[in-house]
Amino acid sequence: MALKTPEQINDDLLRPLSGTSGPYLIALAFLAGIVVAALAAFLWQIYAGLGVTGLRSPVFWAFYITNFVFWIGLSHAGTLISAILRLANATWRRPVTRCAEVITVFALSIGASFPIIHLGRPWLAFWLIPYPSERGIWPNIRSPLLWDFFAITTYLISSVTFLLLPMIPDLALVRDRALGWKKKIYSALALGWTGTPKQWYQLETAMHIMAVAVIPVAVSVHSIVSWDFAMAPVPMWHSTIFAPYFVTGAIFSGIAALILAMALLRKFLHLEEYLLPIHFENLGKLLLVMSLLWFYFVFSERLTGWYGNESSEMAVFWLTQRGSFSPLFWTMIFCNFLIPFPLLAIKKFRTITGTAIASATVVVGMWIERFLIIVPSLSHKYLAYSWGTYRPSWVEITITAGTFAAMALLYMLFSKVVPIISVWELKAGPREAEHPATALAQINEAGAD
Amino acid sequence: MAIPAAIYGLFAGPDSADRAVNALQAAGVSRSRIVVMSAEPFGEYSFSQAEHATLMPWLAVLGGVIGGGSGFLLAAYTQVAYPLVTGGMPIVASWPTGIITYELTMLGAVIATVITLLITTALPNWGAKLYDPEISNGKILVGVLDPSDDARAELDNRLRSLGAEQVKVTAPKAPR
Repeated sequence: MALKTPEQINDDLLRPLSGTSGPYLIALAFLAGIVVAALAAFLWQIYAGLGVTGLRSPVFWAFYITNFVFWIGLSHAGTLISAILRLANATWRRPVTRCAEVITVFALSIGASFPIIHLGRPWLAFWLIPYPSERGIWPNIRSPLLWDFFAITTYLISSVTFLLLPMIPDLALVRDRALGWKKKIYSALALGWTGTPKQWYQLETAMHIMAVAVIPVAVSVHSIVSWDFAMAPVPMWHSTIFAPYFVTGAIFSGIAALILAMALLRKFLHLEEYLLPIHFENLGKLLLVMSLLWFYFVFSERLTGWYGNESSEMAVFWLTQRGSFSPLFWTMIFCNFLIPFPLLAIKKFRTITGTAIASATVVVGMWIERFLIIVPSLSHKYLAYSWGTYRPSWVEITITAGTFAAMALLYMLFSKVVPIISVWELKAGPREAEHPATALAQINEAGAD
Repeated sequence: MAIPAAIYGLFAGPDSADRAVNALQAAGVSRSRIVVMSAEPFGEYSFSQAEHATLMPWLAVLGGVIGGGSGFLLAAYTQVAYPLVTGGMPIVASWPTGIITYELTMLGAVIATVITLLITTALPNWGAKLYDPEISNGKILVGVLDPSDDARAELDNRLRSLGAEQVKVTAPKAPR
């Protein structure tokens, strides 16, 4: 990027906040329509009961839990990747971090709603919280489902603060340019930020501590999600590698979602001078590494199962390799490995278009992967007389579509009210690149203090 | 709280702002009366380094200890309050208790960090205060709080000679 003046950077990055185009409003209305349809489907499910879904014995976890695992995994796009890049002092991260952190907050909120959607009586979700109730019943701490509650709550609070803290100086920037009622709102949101050296130092120290804290939290969240499955004696679930396998899949899908979001933002918000080919190139390389790592885990998990040759495991194994779930399995392999690998490994194809195509297939492939972990195992447990099948109902499909629309809708709305690229971090970038040693020493000093 | 009386200059870049701060200090203005504001961090400049002291990492550790302790007590009490039949195994299961303790340790550290940040930076502060919107356009504000009437003219000249593009004066004003 050619060096721009602070005013030019302000103009470019605050432009999306002023005015809305016709196509934007049409897209917003379209997405809102899908979200409303999903809400209507959910209300119908509450009224009529879970019988309106395709959930039948023995498959009581299906689309909703697939969505839960998928969205929680996708949430690893932001906070985790942003934290790693911050700690690694990767100066190219600067235009990327906020795009990523926003994905985390919205994906995590959507993912966390699925266990509640999946409840027959969602209004009793608060029973999951340990509190002294008049019933004298406390939740069972031994259940991984309760660990989810603590892990997701911690990750959500950490991610929201990790997103909000570096937003404060940018909200002050918008405040200084806004007029009328907008000025009042942004003044309130900016908390009275003035940009004294003390404020900057404390903010950067806080971001450094948060980055250190949030990485193990993110890893623990998806490990705990994997233990929802791995702690159960169900064929193909009771596996020691599930935690790292899930964490790898989560980062894999998260990077893919981030690349996809960046490509769309670049095109529709005209951020070509800020989201550069080098960002897609670097993230594309990361995606390639994760694709290889994901394939390694899939291969290793299946090879171990196949060598064990335990009959109930093999029933599920062959169901996915050659049986009724095989079209989905091979689509997953194509989407997560065979398509992205050449697109990302060959430099000529590792363009913005190439990485965006690879990312789109990975997002699809990872949703299928989550579905294949859950449904085939539940449909073919130990006793053959209890085998069953699963077919999603319109309610589950509508609610699933609604969450994808909700994600896009929230992202579009967010990019209209807050600069989607961190303006102050971007401005500080070229100077830090000139003095990387100074910048690094400063960050280390913050840690030492 | 009223806007404090001050005289300040707006500088185009950190080098001139740094020179101005050093010159003001050399002229006998105490550091506590010199105020600097910018739209981005300039940690490598001396005008920032005076502020490089914080207990935040230690307070984060303290928050983690408090969070972890609370997590352990919550998990242990929950299991004792509704004891399940465990067939001779411990009522308080160590692995799940460890997981809850870990999560709340991290949550405690995060919350302590945020609270420390808000307290040390005096945020939120929606009251009237010294500020200039030109800071958002890249200007760096260097000013002196509570200048005496005699010193104003001299400070004005000094700030201009040190490279201030504009020099402004604020008088004490009650918030609206």
